[in-house]
Amino acid sequence: MPSVRFRLNGVEMDVDADPDRSLLDILRGQLGMTGSHFGCGAGECGACNVMIGDRAVAACDTPLWSVADKDITTIEGLGTPERPHPLQRAFITEQALQCGYCVSGILMSAAALLKRNPKPGSREVKEALDGNLCRCGSHNRMVRAVLRAADEMAAE
Amino acid sequence: MNQPAPSPSSPKLPVNLAANPKLSSWLKFSPQGQVTVSPGKVEIGQGIVTALAQIAADELDIDISRVQMIRASTAASPNEGVTSGSLSVQQSGRAMRHACAEVRQIFLQLASERLGVDIASLGVEDGTISGPGNVTTSYWELAEEVSLDRDATPDVKPKPATRRALAGNSVQRIDIPDKVFARARFIHDWALPEMLHGRVLRPQNARAKLTGLKDGNVRTIAGFVAVVRDGSFAGVVCETEHGAEAALQALRKGAVWADGEPLPDESDLAAFLKAAPSETTIIDKRTASSPGAKKRTLRRQYTRPYIAHASIAPSCAMAQWNGDRVHVWTHSQGVYLLRTDLALVLKLPAENIIVEHMEGAGCYGHNAADDVALDAVLLAKTTGGRPVRVQWSREAEMSDAPFGAAMAIEIEADLDAAGEIIDWRHSIWSNGHVARPGRAAQPALLAGFEVENPFPRMISTNPPQANGGGSDRNAVPLYDFPSWQIESHRLTTMPIRTSALRTLGAQGNVFAIESFLDEIAAERGEDPVAFRLRHLTDERAKDVIRAAAKRARWKPEKQPGIGYGIAFARYKNTGAYCAAVAEIEGAGDIRVRKLTLAVDVGEAINPDGVINQIEGGAIQATSWVLKERVRFDRQRITSTNWTEYPILRFSEVPEVEVELIQRSEMDPVGAGEAAHGPVSAAIANAVFDALGVCVRHLPITRENIIAAMEQAP
Repeated sequence: MPSVRFRLNGVEMDVDADPDRSLLDILRGQLGMTGSHFGCGAGECGACNVMIGDRAVAACDTPLWSVADKDITTIEGLGTPERPHPLQRAFITEQALQCGYCVSGILMSAAALLKRNPKPGSREVKEALDGNLCRCGSHNRMVRAVLRAADEMAAE
Repeated sequence: MNQPAPSPSSPKLPVNLAANPKLSSWLKFSPQGQVTVSPGKVEIGQGIVTALAQIAADELDIDISRVQMIRASTAASPNEGVTSGSLSVQQSGRAMRHACAEVRQIFLQLASERLGVDIASLGVEDGTISGPGNVTTSYWELAEEVSLDRDATPDVKPKPATRRALAGNSVQRIDIPDKVFARARFIHDWALPEMLHGRVLRPQNARAKLTGLKDGNVRTIAGFVAVVRDGSFAGVVCETEHGAEAALQALRKGAVWADGEPLPDESDLAAFLKAAPSETTIIDKRTASSPGAKKRTLRRQYTRPYIAHASIAPSCAMAQWNGDRVHVWTHSQGVYLLRTDLALVLKLPAENIIVEHMEGAGCYGHNAADDVALDAVLLAKTTGGRPVRVQWSREAEMSDAPFGAAMAIEIEADLDAAGEIIDWRHSIWSNGHVARPGRAAQPALLAGFEVENPFPRMISTNPPQANGGGSDRNAVPLYDFPSWQIESHRLTTMPIRTSALRTLGAQGNVFAIESFLDEIAAERGEDPVAFRLRHLTDERAKDVIRAAAKRARWKPEKQPGIGYGIAFARYKNTGAYCAAVAEIEGAGDIRVRKLTLAVDVGEAINPDGVINQIEGGAIQATSWVLKERVRFDRQRITSTNWTEYPILRFSEVPEVEVELIQRSEMDPVGAGEAAHGPVSAAIANAVFDALGVCVRHLPITRENIIAAMEQAP
């Protein structure tokens, strides 16, 4: 089995697996990192979004071979309860979810946006999250939370 | 309706506590300063566990951080039936409040004896019990001496609303940190030791029977464990999820199916619903004491399509056998009800089955959670005691799970010479709205209809009006029309599987009633707010309408391409009051710019939780109204992905403002289903305002607007 090298949440990885398998399957099935969620398997809902470089991509639709030598950040690498990312703090402050299944993907889309554009307006936040589906209707709270995080980051 | 008046002489236990009277089944104390609270209701994304923790902490006088909420399980939890119908705060909250009040009293009694002071002079602060002369003890000190293995009694009174410290405050939800830090909380993210992965093979064409299955290539897949076949039920088990997916694809190639059963014509749902065999019930009838003189009759027909739950996660379950006993992990809404159906299918005593809840993605009714649990149980039979996790595909989730039922609604209104409504006739044609597990002599689980000796497919029924009704939910007007007749035609065949989806029939009925009212008001040249207020007597109803109208500055000046609509309902006619004002723009593709809602849920235990539920309901209803419709041809469901079944996106979501009318002296009622009906109708009324056309067939798409324009006189 060929191996694929990449950096995951700052750690060098060497994964032996069929390179056509999806990144999501590798993360969840092989590496036991279940923060990225399966939603559709077709890149249509954003529940499995991770960051590759500074772009949010659907891990279910990303073959392993394509991430060779790339820098991948998943929700597990975003922050911890001890050292939360401003987005995670803001989602708690705004109580910006109901069931929360879509949230890890949404946090990664938002994190990618803030890397590219640290001071987005609400229209830009909505555009950045447009590929993420939320069924509970927490959209407005999530947009507010992203704007709050951006403000906090600007103040830091 | 027809509830016996409570007798003032004999206090009664809350229903769910009477059914589960043992206090220790609700809560337990540890000497380490923790209270474990064990409700029978489950977290389905609505924040119920936080509201129940607030109630327990309040009644016990402890800090909420001492409360540990236990997931429901048939092994130990009280049996509180199903978590549905916006009843959890009402039912579970009341039981919890009473149980905690009594437990507090038991502790105070013992403390009084130990400390030698009068019980009336004792107080509790964060679990520390103190009295005159600085004598103190605590729940934690006394915990081992107090046995809660005793039945609740009706005599203890919970605190009055004014003395509750937490209820009425927006406490942060206790599950949210886990979810933003990706700590495994969802069943999907859990792994049991030695766990295997299963997948189930289901036909593309509706209800096709499996006549042949060649599994030649399947066995060569790495990690292959088993192929399972029982009649038309078939599946695979593998060491890995990836292997199970590959095995399923291989198995599909070797499957031979007989013809399925035909589906109705999706382009004329009303014709199908009205022609199908049905059973008619008169839901309600009111006769005028002095009938007015009819001048003319208006007749309108409304439809709503089948609607998918379309949860973001496909359903998932785990099961593990040990001899003739099985343990099931599920995101079902009712662990005991699922156990009942599993026992029927497996022909086992219920005691042999433990069903334990774990969180799934947002649940809006009877989705595939119960079905996939039976799938896992059947596949796990073959693995020699190793647990099996089964997860459905997106396609299965969108085609094999039950849908919210399609409805055709016809309303006739007799008007007198002044254009006043003197008689109102509301008829509904629909499949029943409930085919939940655990309530009948036959199971309601999908694989139960597929196995070698199958159970008959359950046909959905409707709960009685006293429980809020099903197809007829919210069909009885709250307006003071002098006479009416409400009838429901429940289909007795069910080519498309339906069961409970948020609000049952209420969304369709409120959409129809409130749309028709606006048309009648417009004919009279009367303002829709004034028209409604004039026909209502309940002040709480009028208050939410006035509050929503005021907040939305009703009615803003007319601008080209913009419309405003209002609508109102009291969910189930006994629950939360809600009024909504919609502001829309567009002529073909409608965009909802803003929704302004006012809501009265009685005592709001967690106000931000209520607002969150109302906002979410409003946005979901906007999605239903503008976009959603289950698609099918004559053989199969075709809307099996997010392209074919689009839901509202971030860029399309309206601004939502919610005004909460707090009434802490009134019993709390649920908020999860209050917004759907009013929002649906308010959007339709806003479209009518903007375009002058009544779109009576949901969803309000460009296609349906054009059709409505062509039909308009």
